[in-house]
Amino acid sequence: MLRNPPVAPTRAVPAPPYRSRLLRHESRMAYAFITPAMGLFLIFTLLPAVFALFLSFTNYDILSPIKWVGLANYERLLTDDLFRRGVLNVAYYALLYVPLMIALSLSLGLALNRKRPGMALFRTLFYLPAVTSSIAAATVWTWMFQKDYGVVNQALDVVGIRGPNWLASSDSAMYAIVIVTLWQGLGSNIIIYLAGLSGVPTFLYEAAALDGASPWQQFCYITVPALRTTTFFVVFMSLIGAFQLFDQAYVMTQGGPGYATTTAVYQIYSNGFTQLRMGYASAQAFVLAVAILCVSLISMRLNRDSGLG
Amino acid sequence: MNRNLRWTPWVVLRESLFYALLVGVAVVMALPFYWMVVTSFKPDTDIFSEPIRWIPQRFTFEHYVKAFTLVPFSRYFWNSTVMALLGVLANLVLGSLAGYAFARMRFRGREGLFKMKLASLLIPGVVTLIPSFIILKSFPLVGGNDLLGHGGQGLLNSYWAIVLPGAAGAFAVFFMRQFFRTLPDDLMDAARVDGASEFRIFWSIYLPLCGPALATLGIFTFQAGWNVFLWALIVFNDPKMSTVQMGLQAFSFNHQTDYGPLMAASVVVSLPVLIVFLFAQRYFTQSISFTGAKG
Repeated sequence: MLRNPPVAPTRAVPAPPYRSRLLRHESRMAYAFITPAMGLFLIFTLLPAVFALFLSFTNYDILSPIKWVGLANYERLLTDDLFRRGVLNVAYYALLYVPLMIALSLSLGLALNRKRPGMALFRTLFYLPAVTSSIAAATVWTWMFQKDYGVVNQALDVVGIRGPNWLASSDSAMYAIVIVTLWQGLGSNIIIYLAGLSGVPTFLYEAAALDGASPWQQFCYITVPALRTTTFFVVFMSLIGAFQLFDQAYVMTQGGPGYATTTAVYQIYSNGFTQLRMGYASAQAFVLAVAILCVSLISMRLNRDSGLG
Repeated sequence: MNRNLRWTPWVVLRESLFYALLVGVAVVMALPFYWMVVTSFKPDTDIFSEPIRWIPQRFTFEHYVKAFTLVPFSRYFWNSTVMALLGVLANLVLGSLAGYAFARMRFRGREGLFKMKLASLLIPGVVTLIPSFIILKSFPLVGGNDLLGHGGQGLLNSYWAIVLPGAAGAFAVFFMRQFFRTLPDDLMDAARVDGASEFRIFWSIYLPLCGPALATLGIFTFQAGWNVFLWALIVFNDPKMSTVQMGLQAFSFNHQTDYGPLMAASVVVSLPVLIVFLFAQRYFTQSISFTGAKG
């Protein structure tokens, strides 16, 4: 679970006079309070991050000792067609997923924001998929995407469309994954948009309506600019999630058919843990992590006022 | 309600279209749940019927029995429950301890250390997978390891492998800190005058005021722990340690899938978090809008 909560400004604390015995005692206790959390942070976040960089310059298969190989892993990465495929697949996925996610969650958020009876019920229904595990969801959808017995194709049949063999065809497998992840991700983003919409002052709409602005103009000139920060947040989180796509590709297609749904994380997992090329997999992980970090930092730079930077 | 709404034909049409659209989306959102539940109660002969039987004619519980007898699903259920609950406990205790210190206590390096902890949210999980695996495997003096961490499997294949790395997430610390900051200072001063220890002030005065925050954090952490997959796949290779999420894989052998029991198992896997959600809906949606966190 990757989270990026907004950071509130720090309350000013007067410069502490460390001479006082109470304060000395207080700070000793404070260190005791934070030690478990910071210790775990050291062992399972900071140390691994540094260790990953080191491993990426080595060959290691767990059984034999670590061997330093310099930049060999990175050189090999440049010609690794499978890893490139994994990265391209993730990029393709993100290109489909992120715009659809914005369009759908924004329009449903706007719909639920209207003052009409039953909106609370719809909100609950739309959020429900976000609660289920990605594995259980992918399992059920795999069954629904079956060519002949599947619900999806039989439903399409009703409207006269002949559905593809979703998961067995390299043309449609990625679409199936996009559908499942959209289904699961929509709920939380709708709620984030609803929260964003609740912050748009209503007098702006009233004033615009008085000036004769059409609903479409109100949407373009009031709603969209007011939701800039929210949209940025949704894009940002969706993008970071997309980069790390794994569960659905593992359960629904095992990366196939062919290599149509192999993702970058899938490649890292199979290199590191099924073929025990830990050094090489670390190099791949490091490249992916740097890419994610770049996206994070660039988007924070672009949105200094969004409360995230 | 909108007082200016006049029921002209145009408005009636617009409002009907609006509701038709929402109902359509709701059907798509609910369909997988419906299909999962319905399939799990259908006898085998009805599962593969054409055209589809949307409303089952006959009910059976045999798939639920099978789900628990074909594979050791009750064992998986126990594993997932224990690990998710331990995760919740650890995050609530350690997260509120650290969150309290960062919010209310004065010490050198407070802001720097907090920012460092918060920065771990920026480190994507994928980069720590392999090193964390190696660290767990070579933990000294456990799981048959010697002092240098050689010889055994360390903490792999134990509950610790799941619980420890996520025991004090940056999110938990951040979330609790934000909450503790909203509480008044004078409670602390009064307690100090009475000679209460720092831990006592935290434990018996401030922590009991955190009910809603602890509930929200607990729900999020439970959901995260229950749904762990990739990490479990990596640190467990002993079938006895499988989680429910990994257990779902056990129903497909050699491209043959037993859909009845698989759907029954999926229902069982989905239920705990679903039940928690329905009871705690208000907390869930409120804190998503508060933190922007996704489940």
